[in-house]
Amino acid sequence: MAHVVKPSKFGAFGRPVLAWVVGLLFFFPIFWMVLTSFKTDADAVKPEYLLFFKPTLENYLNMTQNYDYWRFASNSVITSVFATIFTLFVGIPAAYAMAFNPSRATKDILIWMLSTKMLPAAAVLYPMTFLTKSMGLYDTHFLIIIVLSLINLPIVVWMLFTYFKEIPKDIIEASQMDGVNTWGEIKEILIPLAWGGIVSTALLCFIFCWNEAYWTVRLTTTDAATLSKLIEGNRAPEGLFFGRLSAVSTAAVGPIVVLGWFCQKQLVKGLTFGAVK
Amino acid sequence: MGRIVLDKVSKSFDKIQVIPPLDLTIEDGEFTVFVGPSGCGKSTLLRMIAGLEDLSAGTIFVDNEDVTQISPSKRGLAMVFQSYALYPHMTVRKNIAFPLRMKKMDQVEIDKRVEAAAKSLNLSDYLERKPGQLSGGQRQRVAIGRAIVRDPLAFLFDEPLSNLDAALRVGMRLEIAEMHKRMNTTMIYVTHDQVEAMTMADKIVVLRAGIIEQIGSPLNLYHKPKNIFVAGFIGSPKMNIFSGPTAEKFNAYYVGIRPEHTTVSMSEGSWKGRVGVAEHLGSDTFIHVHDTGLQDVITVRINGDISVKNGDAIFLTPQIEQIHKFDAQGLRIE
Repeated sequence: MAHVVKPSKFGAFGRPVLAWVVGLLFFFPIFWMVLTSFKTDADAVKPEYLLFFKPTLENYLNMTQNYDYWRFASNSVITSVFATIFTLFVGIPAAYAMAFNPSRATKDILIWMLSTKMLPAAAVLYPMTFLTKSMGLYDTHFLIIIVLSLINLPIVVWMLFTYFKEIPKDIIEASQMDGVNTWGEIKEILIPLAWGGIVSTALLCFIFCWNEAYWTVRLTTTDAATLSKLIEGNRAPEGLFFGRLSAVSTAAVGPIVVLGWFCQKQLVKGLTFGAVK
Repeated sequence: MGRIVLDKVSKSFDKIQVIPPLDLTIEDGEFTVFVGPSGCGKSTLLRMIAGLEDLSAGTIFVDNEDVTQISPSKRGLAMVFQSYALYPHMTVRKNIAFPLRMKKMDQVEIDKRVEAAAKSLNLSDYLERKPGQLSGGQRQRVAIGRAIVRDPLAFLFDEPLSNLDAALRVGMRLEIAEMHKRMNTTMIYVTHDQVEAMTMADKIVVLRAGIIEQIGSPLNLYHKPKNIFVAGFIGSPKMNIFSGPTAEKFNAYYVGIRPEHTTVSMSEGSWKGRVGVAEHLGSDTFIHVHDTGLQDVITVRINGDISVKNGDAIFLTPQIEQIHKFDAQGLRIE
C-alpha cells in the first residue's frame, strides 16, 4: 500500500532557508571582493567600513591606466577561445571514434587519459619551463593555447564520449548506408544530434581555460600573460593592496560569471554529464 | 539487377565462430527471408551483406562484382532498420532526400523523387514534420521511403515490423509484399516470426546457430521439412513430434503430425486423450490434448464451430499421408 508522506515542517520551511544560508555563505567572499574593489586601500582593511563606506572608482581607473588590464583581458580571451576550439577539434573525432568504433583498448585509453589529470602539475614544472624556453615558445600565445588544450582534452573527450554514447548506433549505420563519409557523419549526424552536449562541453572547457592559473602564471611574463597573471602580479611587488587586488579580481572573474549566468542550464547539464534532462 | 552470392562466408567474434562457412545465392528479384530463433546469426548475416559487419572469411558478390571490401554505401544496397534509424533532427523530406543529397544529385531530381516516394507511401502530408511527430507505422514508411529513393539493387530489411503493434504489422507486411510485386527488386528480409516468413517470401532460409538448416519456398518447407528443427519451426501452431513405439510403427525414430492434419472425434480414433486448454480463435479452435501417452501435449486444430470443453475425452486420428518421418539424427525419411 502506498501511503502519503506528509511534508515535514523542515521540508516546507527549513530547506529553502538552509539553501539560502549555504548560498549566501558561498556568495559572501565574492560579494565582499566586489565591495572591497570600490574602497580605497586604506578603507579596505578597516572593519568599520565593511558594509558602509565612501565608494570610489580609483582602483578600476588605476587598473586600466597603469596595469594595462585590456591587454591581459584580450590575452585571456584569445587563449581561452582558441584553446577551446582546438580542444573540440581534436576531441570530437577522438570521442566519435571511441563511441562508435570501439576497440578492445578503448576503455583502457579512456582511463589512461583521465589518469593524466592525476599527475601533479608541479612534477613537470621544470621540464616544461626548460623545454619551452629552449624551443623559444616561452610567453607565447601558441604555447598557452597548446597547454590549455592539453590540460582540458581528457575531460572534454570524456564528456563528449558520454554524449555520443547516447546516440543510437543504428542512426550512424543508416547514414553509412546512405553514403556519407566519416567527415559527413560527424558534420551531418553527430554534431547536430549532440549539439547540446557539445555546447555544454565547450562552455565548461572555456571556463576551465579562463580560470587556469598554474601554467599561465608560470609560462608567461608579459606578451601572453592572462588575467590570472594580472591578479598574481598585484599581490607581490608592493605588499597587499586589498582594494586594488579586489578590483583586478572582480574584473577577471566578471566576464566568466556573466557568461555562466546566461548559460546556467547548459552548464548544469554539462556538469551532470547529461543526467539531468 | 540484384543477384547476391555469398561464397564460403563466415564470421567469428573474438574466437567464437557465430557463422561457420556458408554458401548462398539470392537471385535477382527474389524475396528472400532469413528466419530463425534469436541468436541464430540472421541479423549478422544481413549486416555482413550490407557491409556494416566485416567478414572473417569468404566473399560476397553483388551482380558478379566482389563487394567484400567495398564500403556499405557503394554496394548499391538500401537497408531498413528495426529501430527505423531516422535522423531525428531532419524533417521527413530531408530524411528521405538524405541519400540523394549525399550522392550530390541535382535538387530538382531530388524533389521529384522525394515527392514520388512520399506519394506512394502516403506520406505527402507529413513531409515537413520531424520523425518525433510521427506514429510508429509512419516512421517505418519514412525509413522505407529513404530506401526506395535510392533505387537500390536490393533492399535489406532487419526485422522492420518488430516494433509495430499487431494490427499495423499485418498491414505493413502486405504493403512490403505489394511493394516487392510492383518493383520486382531483390529483397532480403530478416525476421524471427515464421508467419512473416511464410506470407512474404519467395524463398525462405532457415538458420540455426549460424548454419543454414534448409532453403526453399514456403510450401516446400511446410510440406517437406528436411529435419526436426525446420519441422518444428515452420508452421503455427507447432508440429507435434514424438518418438517411441508409435513412431516405430511408422518405421521412424521420430514422427511428426501437424495440428491441422489430425482428425478429431468424440467417440473413436487412434489415440485417446483428455482436453486441456482450448484456444478459440473464432474460425478455428486449437485444442491442447493431454494423456495420450505419446507426448505431454498434442495440439490439434479443429473447426471453430465444434464445441469442446476442458476435461472432455477426445479421440485423435492422424492423416497417415501427412505424417512426417525422421531418423534418429532428426533427418527426414522419405
